[in-house]
Amino acid sequence: MPGLSRDDVAHVAHLARLGLTDEELGRLEGQLNHILDQYAILAKLDTEDIPPTAQTIELENILREDVAGPSLPVEAVLANAPDREGDFIRVPPILGGD
Amino acid sequence: MTDLTRLRAHEMAARLRSGETTSRLLAEAHLDAAERDNRGLNAWLSIDRERALAEADAADARMTAALAEGGAALAATHPLLGIPVALKDLVSIAGGQATAGSRILEGYRSPYDAHITERLRDVGAVILGKTNMDEFAMGSSNEHSAYGPVANPWDLDTVPGGSSGGSAVAVAAFHSPLSIGTDTGGSIRQPAALTGVVGLKPTYGRVSRYGIVAFASSLDQIGPFARDARDAAALLHAIAGRDERDSTSAPVPVPDELVGLPASDDEAAAGLRGKRFGLPREYFVAGMEPDVERRIRDAVATLEGAGAIVEEVSLPHTDYGLATYYIVAPAEASANLARYDGIRFGPRLGDGDVLGNYLATRGRGFGPEVKRRIMLGTYALSAGYYDAYYLKAQKVRTLIKRDFDVLWEGGFDALVAPTSPTVAWRFGAKMADPVAMYLSDACTLPVNMAGLPGISIPCGLSEGLPVGLQLIGAAWSELELFRLARGFEGVTATAEWRAQEPAQLALASDPAVPPPVERAAALAGAPA
Repeated sequence: MPGLSRDDVAHVAHLARLGLTDEELGRLEGQLNHILDQYAILAKLDTEDIPPTAQTIELENILREDVAGPSLPVEAVLANAPDREGDFIRVPPILGGD
Repeated sequence: MTDLTRLRAHEMAARLRSGETTSRLLAEAHLDAAERDNRGLNAWLSIDRERALAEADAADARMTAALAEGGAALAATHPLLGIPVALKDLVSIAGGQATAGSRILEGYRSPYDAHITERLRDVGAVILGKTNMDEFAMGSSNEHSAYGPVANPWDLDTVPGGSSGGSAVAVAAFHSPLSIGTDTGGSIRQPAALTGVVGLKPTYGRVSRYGIVAFASSLDQIGPFARDARDAAALLHAIAGRDERDSTSAPVPVPDELVGLPASDDEAAAGLRGKRFGLPREYFVAGMEPDVERRIRDAVATLEGAGAIVEEVSLPHTDYGLATYYIVAPAEASANLARYDGIRFGPRLGDGDVLGNYLATRGRGFGPEVKRRIMLGTYALSAGYYDAYYLKAQKVRTLIKRDFDVLWEGGFDALVAPTSPTVAWRFGAKMADPVAMYLSDACTLPVNMAGLPGISIPCGLSEGLPVGLQLIGAAWSELELFRLARGFEGVTATAEWRAQEPAQLALASDPAVPPPVERAAALAGAPA
C-alpha cells in the first residue's frame, strides 16, 4: 500500500472537516504513515472466503410499535444551541446570495 | 473511628442496614476525600456536593422507611442504596456537564439522563460527580484529556492508564467505592490493572448505551470499577439489561446471583476447584515486562494450587488485533464524531461561512489524538480504500472471534492472561509515538473485537506498582467471571500485597506537591 503524501493528508483533513495547521499536517503525515505501516500485517492473511463481522452478538431487528411518545421540551433541546432565533437554531446560509 | 472511605460497598451496605452509618455520612466522607486530593490527582472533572448530599438524604429516607417496614420492603432494597458512585464524564446526567474530556463539549449540558443514570437513581446510589478521561475515550494513559492528565496514586509521576483513568483513580484513591467507565479497547480493564482495582468490560450488548457519548459503536461497552469482585458485580447488576432506547442492548436476563457472590473467602476459593482455564500463549507479547510476566505466572500457579486446571492455548490471530482495531475503531469514530459541527450544541467557531465554521470548530475543538483517529477513520472509509482497510479489518475480526469460539467449544470456563504488558509508566513516555501507546492495549483489544466480557483483578505488585490479571469469558458469562475473580480474591485474601494502599496517595493532598499537569510538563518528551 503506498504511503500518504502531504496533499493526501490535507485532502483527508478536508473530507473530515478538520481545519489543521501546516504544523499539524506535517506531523500527521509522519504519524499516519507509521500507523498505516502497522496495517500491512493484514495483507498476509487470506480472507477471500471469510465473511465480515460488523457486530458480535446475535441480534434480531426489534421494531417498536409506531406510537408517538413524549419528546424533549423545545427549551431543553435548544439550551445548548450556539445561536438561536425563537424556536430555531440559527445557522449560516448554505446557498449563495445574501 | 473507622475511616468510612476504606470500606467496601458491601460493608457500607451492611452498616446502613444496621444503623451504624448513614448515606449522608458516607457521601460527606467521600466528597471530602475527593476534594482534598483532586489538586494532586485531577481524577475529577466535577464534584457535585449539593446534589450528592440531596441524593444521600433521599437514600437515607428510603432506607429508614424500608427498615421500619422490614420484611419484603427491606429485602427489596438494592445493595447500592445509599452507596456513592462516580461517573466517567461521558455519561449524561440531566442538567449536568458531559465533556467527554473534550473542549468541543465545554459548556454542554445534558438534556436528559443516560439509561444507567436512571438505573442508578432507581436503586438509590449516590452520584458524587464526573471523572476525568482521555478525550472521547481515545487513549491509554489519560494524558489525552483536554482538562489535564490524571496522576496514579501509586506513583504520582506515572499515568493511571486510560481512557477511564479518572474513574479508576477515584476508586483506587478511596474517593468512591464504585465508579463507571467505558471500554472500547481496554479502557476499563487497563486502568484497573494500572491502579490496582477491579474493572469489568461486559459482553457487548449487556448494558444500554443510551445517553453515553459514543466512540466506536460496535465495540463500546459500559462497565464497573470497584475494589473487589462483589462490589463490581453489584454495580453491574444495577446497570445491566435491555433498554428499548438502545437497539444493541440485548434481551438477555441479568442474573440476580450477581448480588450474591460468596462472602466467605474459603467458600469463594473452593469454587475454583475443577475450573478449566486456558492460558493464551500469544498474550505474553513482545515488550512485556519480565516482572509483570512473573506476577501473571504466579497467579496461574495460585489458581492451580486452588484446584483449577490451567492449559496453555493458542489464539492464533492475536497479532492481527492491533491493526484490525485501529481500522475499525477510528472508522466508527470518524462517523460518530461528525456530529460535533458547532451547529446544535457546543461552541461554534469561525467567521461565518458554513465550511469555515466546520473547519474552525472541529480543528480547534478536538485534541491531537482525536484528530489522528478521525483522520485514520476518514481515510480507511474513503473511496478506493474501503475494501483494503475497513472490509479487510471486518473479515479479520471474524477470524479473531473464531479463535475464541474454538476455545469455548472446547469447554474452557475462562481464559487467564495479563491485562497490560507493563505496569504504569511515566508521564510523557509514550506521547511522542502513537503506536507505542496503542500497543499497551494489545492484550485487551481482541476481547472487544470479539464482543466478550473481560475482567481485570489485582494480582500483586511489580516494584511497588500494581499488576492486573485478566479473565476472559464467553458471551454473557459475567457471573462466572465474577465468581472466578472472587475465588482468586479468596485464595489470595491474606497475601501481603493485598494490604498495601497506593504508596503516594498521602502526597496527593499536600499543597507543596505539584499537580499532574506540572509533573507531566516536567517529564514531557516531545509533544504529541
